[in-house]
Amino acid sequence: MPLDPSTLSRLARALATTQPDEIACDECFARMDAFADLLLSGKPAEELLPKIHAHLQRCPDCKEEFESLLAMLRATG
Amino acid sequence: MLRWFRRSAAPTTNDEWLDALRGPDRDQALAALRPILVRGLRAAFRDRVPHQIDAFAEDVAQEALLKILDHLDAFRGEARFTTWAHKIAARLALTKLRRKRWENVSLEDLTTRDDDGAPRPHPSLTDQAPRPDDQATLAHYVEVVQQVMQQTLTETQRTALEAVMQHDMPITEVARRLGVSRNTLYKRLHDARKNLKAALRERGIAPEEILAEVEAR
Ligand SMILES: [Zn+2]
Repeated sequence: MPLDPSTLSRLARALATTQPDEIACDECFARMDAFADLLLSGKPAEELLPKIHAHLQRCPDCKEEFESLLAMLRATG
Repeated sequence: MLRWFRRSAAPTTNDEWLDALRGPDRDQALAALRPILVRGLRAAFRDRVPHQIDAFAEDVAQEALLKILDHLDAFRGEARFTTWAHKIAARLALTKLRRKRWENVSLEDLTTRDDDGAPRPHPSLTDQAPRPDDQATLAHYVEVVQQVMQQTLTETQRTALEAVMQHDMPITEVARRLGVSRNTLYKRLHDARKNLKAALRERGIAPEEILAEVEAR
């Protein structure tokens, strides 16, 4: 794997934030809706569901799904 | 239980949605849910599907409704029912778009080298002018990280990491090519990150210092 500066930087950032006990995508997906509702109702979602929050920061697929979910919720009220 | 359809335009509470979708009012409930999903999908994806957004939203909503009916027992009641339904539609939409976007790309395409397979430093690591000390430090990190990856990770882990981190291939798409679930691939990449981090630590290197070095440039 050729390491250009941007890949090295992404990798280093991923390693810096790596935790021993991360949840994986299934668990994130199971509670992503609850996280979204908390967030949109002004509750501290990050504090209430810290592992979901951490996974959303880390996993590009779940993050993209979550952002689409928020856009859908904002459009439908 | 009250028959919601007789008295209101659409179910509002979670229990009303579940009762309606499980009972004789199912078709009316689906007819109420469909336009909500379509509206959400149109708003969320119109930038990514500019020309066929209507057809796209209708297709995804239809698939989502079937999936929702099939998985009502998976609804945990921790969110609004409609939020849960949107979540299912969002994942279906992105799964389609990802598959389309990456349909002609193999993992091999992404990771094939035109030389003997040895990693090469990116031009910008070597071509940049002065600051020779920084240059040396960064080049050292690159070398160590590459060495550690070679020694610590399996071929598959390296390929997956490269596809995701360097080429932005979705984890979902990498997983599909490797014949594993996305959840499994996430766990394998997590193991890979933990192993890399530990191996760097053994060499006295913290990821934060690499990050600081790259970002100082
Ligand atoms: Zn994920």
